[in-house]
Amino acid sequence: MDTLKCTECQNEPTEEELYSQLDDLLIEYSQKPGALIPVLQITQRLFGYLPENALKVISKKLSIPYSEVTGVVSFYSFFSTQPRGKFMIRVCLGTACYVRGGKDVLNALKKELNVDVGMTTDDRLFSLDVGRCFGACGLAPVIMVNDDVHQRVKSDRISEILAEYKQNPALKEVV
Amino acid sequence: MINLTVNGIEIQVSDGTTILQAAAKVGVNIPTLCHIPGKDPKGACRVCLVEVKNARSLVASCAMPVAEGMKVFTSTKKVRDARKMVVELMLSEHDGDCKTCERNNDCELQEIARNLGVEDIRFNGQKAKHIFDASTPALIRDNGKCIKCRRCVTVCNEMQNVGALFPQGRGFDSVIGPAFELNLDTVACVQCGQCAAVCPVGAIYEKSHIEHVWNAIDNPDKYVVVQTAPAIRAALGECFGYEAGTLVTGKMVTALKQIGFDKVFDTNFTADLTIMEEGTEFLVRLKDKLINNSDVSLPQFTSCSPGWINYVEYFYPEMLSNVSSCKSPQQMFGALAKSYFAKKQGVDPKDIIVVSVMPCTAKKFEAERPEMNSSGYQDVDYVLTTRELARMINQAGIEFTTLTDSEMDNPMGVSSGAADIFANTGGVMEAAVRTVYEIVTGSELPTENLHLEPLMGLDGIKTASLLVNGTKPEWSFLEGVELKVAVVHGLGNTAQLIKRIKDGEVFHFVEVMTCPGGCIGGGGQPRFTTNDVRAKRISAIYKEDEGKKLRKSHENPDIIELYSEFLEKPLSHLSHKLLHTKYSHKEVN
Ligand code: SF4
Ligand code: SF4
Ligand code: SF4
Ligand code: FES
Repeated sequence: MDTLKCTECQNEPTEEELYSQLDDLLIEYSQKPGALIPVLQITQRLFGYLPENALKVISKKLSIPYSEVTGVVSFYSFFSTQPRGKFMIRVCLGTACYVRGGKDVLNALKKELNVDVGMTTDDRLFSLDVGRCFGACGLAPVIMVNDDVHQRVKSDRISEILAEYKQNPALKEVV
Repeated sequence: MINLTVNGIEIQVSDGTTILQAAAKVGVNIPTLCHIPGKDPKGACRVCLVEVKNARSLVASCAMPVAEGMKVFTSTKKVRDARKMVVELMLSEHDGDCKTCERNNDCELQEIARNLGVEDIRFNGQKAKHIFDASTPALIRDNGKCIKCRRCVTVCNEMQNVGALFPQGRGFDSVIGPAFELNLDTVACVQCGQCAAVCPVGAIYEKSHIEHVWNAIDNPDKYVVVQTAPAIRAALGECFGYEAGTLVTGKMVTALKQIGFDKVFDTNFTADLTIMEEGTEFLVRLKDKLINNSDVSLPQFTSCSPGWINYVEYFYPEMLSNVSSCKSPQQMFGALAKSYFAKKQGVDPKDIIVVSVMPCTAKKFEAERPEMNSSGYQDVDYVLTTRELARMINQAGIEFTTLTDSEMDNPMGVSSGAADIFANTGGVMEAAVRTVYEIVTGSELPTENLHLEPLMGLDGIKTASLLVNGTKPEWSFLEGVELKVAVVHGLGNTAQLIKRIKDGEVFHFVEVMTCPGGCIGGGGQPRFTTNDVRAKRISAIYKEDEGKKLRKSHENPDIIELYSEFLEKPLSHLSHKLLHTKYSHKEVN
């Protein structure tokens, strides 16, 4: 599927380019039954998330009611209508982490980033999510930032952790 | 054929029958909340559980086909306990208070709970998400009371082909509603109210105008006139215990007078007028096409049904020029009440309040459209559904069943049988053909009882063709022409017919009614409307039509007077100003 090449290259495609790729995709899929879920998956890969406008285009071109499209999107947890930040922060709320302050850490993060669970900061740097047990219960509470695991996190030290990523977003992302 | 027993009663049914249907045949009622007769079972609510001998667990009777030798028990302790548990769990999430609920005494959940002997709610669960949506002119959505049965999703998607509602999210937090749990005005809802007609509880219902109407009646400075749509008289009685299909025209008029309306008029009067205008418009289109060879749009589509107007505005803007420019009878009435009638009666139109009683929720939307104030005021002020009128009659303490009959007032109360049949699918077309045929040939439509048999009944798409013979000289271009007409009801059927037309099938005139069965099955009619109920209401309407001496719109003496005194002739300048309009492409967001 060569139409998707751009997502991998250095120069990020413009929105216009993304939408024209979406159009091509929809031409390809418009006659296929059961197209909705594969189209949503590819669209999410293209844009990094599912923007509302893209969902409207999909609804129109596939002749599936908009409410049904958003219904399907909201049914599956792997679809996201929020842009994802460079860094995905996931806070473990498994039992061990929960009792040892996971909830406080989450609240501190919400406050510090000024976002709710499932949302992304305006600068698109951080997204906040929760998880259930990352398998590091002995080191609770645990958070993950992309692939980095931070153990025994204290809620009053959140800003220090975030600072690391803010300082050098490009470098950290490659890790 | 398959043999089985239901509660010990032996019965033979055809293959593919569900347990629910088989039980109904022997008079055994099984409660249901998500099932809609005639639609595929959804199995969402589980209150229809029954016990089948030797089955491992209870089964949902709405979805389970019968099998040879099956022994079904519908009311064992096991069944009763299971159903009770299902209902108690629903009630534990339910955020509603029956005393103040729109559906009090007309609620399927309440009735089932009562029948199962649910006395208190043992579980006190987290309440369902409470979204209260009053964003549209016609409907209120109250998600706190939604039991997620999905009936509304079925009708909005499968029957109406609109798809405004769909489950959003999943599990306990899911919401049945428009995209992203937003309000109804953010999606292309046509306001038909079919969702409200099937909702078993108080989660979707019409936006009430009852208080406004009482206030107008109580205001001594206001002159309040009421019009009643053709479909009301065949359904209102159901709210007072009458069998479906009982005509209550005379009692209805008496009740409206007792409520305190200054004049009780008939939308049927402007239904006759619609035939004059729309029939003439049709002939003009034919003439332009066949004689002048000009580029007019055919087929002409009827325009009485406001849900259909919304549908074409949202989904088929390219067909807008095919839609008749006539306003609906409701709106023609409003425009004339505040012009023609105001003048005749010597009342300042600013003091006139026009109230409609409609089988339809979309009529509330239509009355508020910006196009609808050609009298210089909002032509129709308030719209009550049939259900709301019944409520007002009760509020007024009127014992409906004991009322004697009264007649509609003049000068907008007389109507022909052709106007009556506007209430049902096929009726507007038949009424139009009765008049158009006579204009063109000078003789009466030569069919039995003036009916067009192929256009009657509940088939989704009906077609007929009519060979025009013996034309008058001025219509000779129609001699030998085969006029092809089609009738559809339900927007899903409409979409199918439009596809056929786009694929090249030729029709000259198409009647569209938004709701299944036509207005007699409207979103504001007494609940619950099944096909059986539709058929009964329709036969009542034909009875009303056949019982009248006056069967054709163009013979209505008050219409003739309206033209000679006021409008001059169909499609006159004044007609255009008051009775016609233009619709345009609409997009959401
Ligand atoms: S929806 Fe039914 S059960 Fe719920 S509050 Fe209203 S009447 Fe009561
Ligand atoms: S009013 Fe009609 S179109 Fe709107 S949500 Fe209800 S069923 Fe769908
Ligand atoms: S709104 Fe009414 S019909 Fe729709 S899912 Fe909820 S309870 Fe059922
Ligand atoms: S009626 Fe059978 S599951 Fe709802």
